Amino acid sequence: MSVDNLHDSKIRIDEHSGTPTTGHEWDGIEELNTPLPRWWVWTFYATVIWSLAYCVVYPAWPLLHGATEGVLGWHSRAAVVQDIADLQATRAPILAKIKDAPLDSIEQNPELLAAARTVGRVAFLNNCAACHGAGAQGAKGYPNLNTDAWIWGGKLADIKTTIEHGVRWDADKQTRVSSMPAFGRDGILTPAQVSDVADYVRTMADLPDAIAPETKGEKLFNENCAACHGVNGEGNREVGAPNLFDAVWLYGSDKAVVVNRVNQGGGGVMPAWKGRLDDTTIKALTVYVHSLGGGQ
Amino acid sequence: MSFWTRHQVFEKNSIILIVGILAVIAIGGLVEITPLFYLKSTIEVVDGIRPYTPLELTGRNIYVREGCYLCHSQMIRPLRDEVERYGHYSLAAESMYDHPHQWGSKRNGPDLARVGGKYSNDWQRDHMRDPRAVVPSSIMPGYAFLSKTPVNGAHLTEQMRLLRVVGVPYSDEQIDNATVDLAAQAASDDAGGADLQKRYPNAVLGDVAGKSSVTEEDALIAYLQHLGISVDFKLYDDKANIR
Repeated sequence: MSVDNLHDSKIRIDEHSGTPTTGHEWDGIEELNTPLPRWWVWTFYATVIWSLAYCVVYPAWPLLHGATEGVLGWHSRAAVVQDIADLQATRAPILAKIKDAPLDSIEQNPELLAAARTVGRVAFLNNCAACHGAGAQGAKGYPNLNTDAWIWGGKLADIKTTIEHGVRWDADKQTRVSSMPAFGRDGILTPAQVSDVADYVRTMADLPDAIAPETKGEKLFNENCAACHGVNGEGNREVGAPNLFDAVWLYGSDKAVVVNRVNQGGGGVMPAWKGRLDDTTIKALTVYVHSLGGGQ
Repeated sequence: MSFWTRHQVFEKNSIILIVGILAVIAIGGLVEITPLFYLKSTIEVVDGIRPYTPLELTGRNIYVREGCYLCHSQMIRPLRDEVERYGHYSLAAESMYDHPHQWGSKRNGPDLARVGGKYSNDWQRDHMRDPRAVVPSSIMPGYAFLSKTPVNGAHLTEQMRLLRVVGVPYSDEQIDNATVDLAAQAASDDAGGADLQKRYPNAVLGDVAGKSSVTEEDALIAYLQHLGISVDFKLYDDKANIR
């Protein structure tokens, strides 16, 4: 007697459920042969048919020199190129206007200004916000862009140049470069002299806890700092030397911080965005930053 | 004997069942994976991809060690929103010298496939030490200890030799100069920087001049600054590599 027949002989109708058993029996334990729900079975058949159709329609099976192409000729990489092209076509009318308009005229045209601010804001949040903050409020070492305290200039053209070429970004030959000497580290000034200069700078800014000006502090300032920062500490945007008496402090106004800046010199680094962002986006970004409140 | 009777052989013998399972899975593997090794179209032919410099490689080891791939992917998919946000979709060629690749599958943080050159070294440093100091909404843990840990280059040359075995084209010259190149890339004023850039085009020099030793933080930043910048997509032909 075959095993199948052995099973068949054990198939019986279960008296509690009215369902047949499978005929399997292990140490007296039997199994009900409940049929799968009809909807499940048909769904299963449908997925099988779907997968076969998918193999025909889309790229599927690897071969010796490539893979089956699928009758639709669909490729994920072609699809994204098409998607981007469609997107650009949607944006093209307004972007073309931004592209063709002189930089200075965009803010005079409400339609262009709104579009430039929208494009600029998205680009800003993706690329600039990590350093300058989501509201362009800046952070320690990263300038606040809402104020009129510009290091490299707050005119549209200045902002555009800064965005395009960055600051102290070595990979860009036209990057904005200035290098404050490390007066302390390189031994140009003694620690006592650095302290005096720091006191003088803080007095210039009228900080409440500033120590009264000392003549030697002023002398040291005029000899070492005034060439870039100006005799009154008004700064010089040509060389990226910040104003020293306004209320905006990039690294902080505590004496220890000022001493540290005089000791270490140098300055922050901003990447160049030309090439990374397209020219129209940079233009829109320029208008966005200019319109934040500090534009000049 | 019917088909079902023969099937009992598998059901009643676990070893035969395991062998059977392996055979069935192997078929799937053969069909899906094997073609990637012989199909020429798997990896695009592009200019600019070079093996990692010793400093980048060291940084990459730290990236793997700290499990950065658990929250950051390095795979920009060919989808409109991803290309819009991160840049050109990732190419297979861009991770062909990665063993293992760091594509990841989770994005608690942003994709890092093109983070190179997006931020300054200073920002990377500030962010690594205290992410919320620069990005208030960040949920990334701080990695301040990396800035206090000197890099361990003890097995650098062995690792480069090993990578050569699996297909990364390190030259003898590159391997012999590994330690020199590591120091040269970290300190930008080092005269060795020029030699390094000859051996590794487009190597971005670091800015740790004046510090006593190269830290893990410096290495990790050098690695991050190299991500995604090798291929010049102005010269890349999208249409030629459609697949």
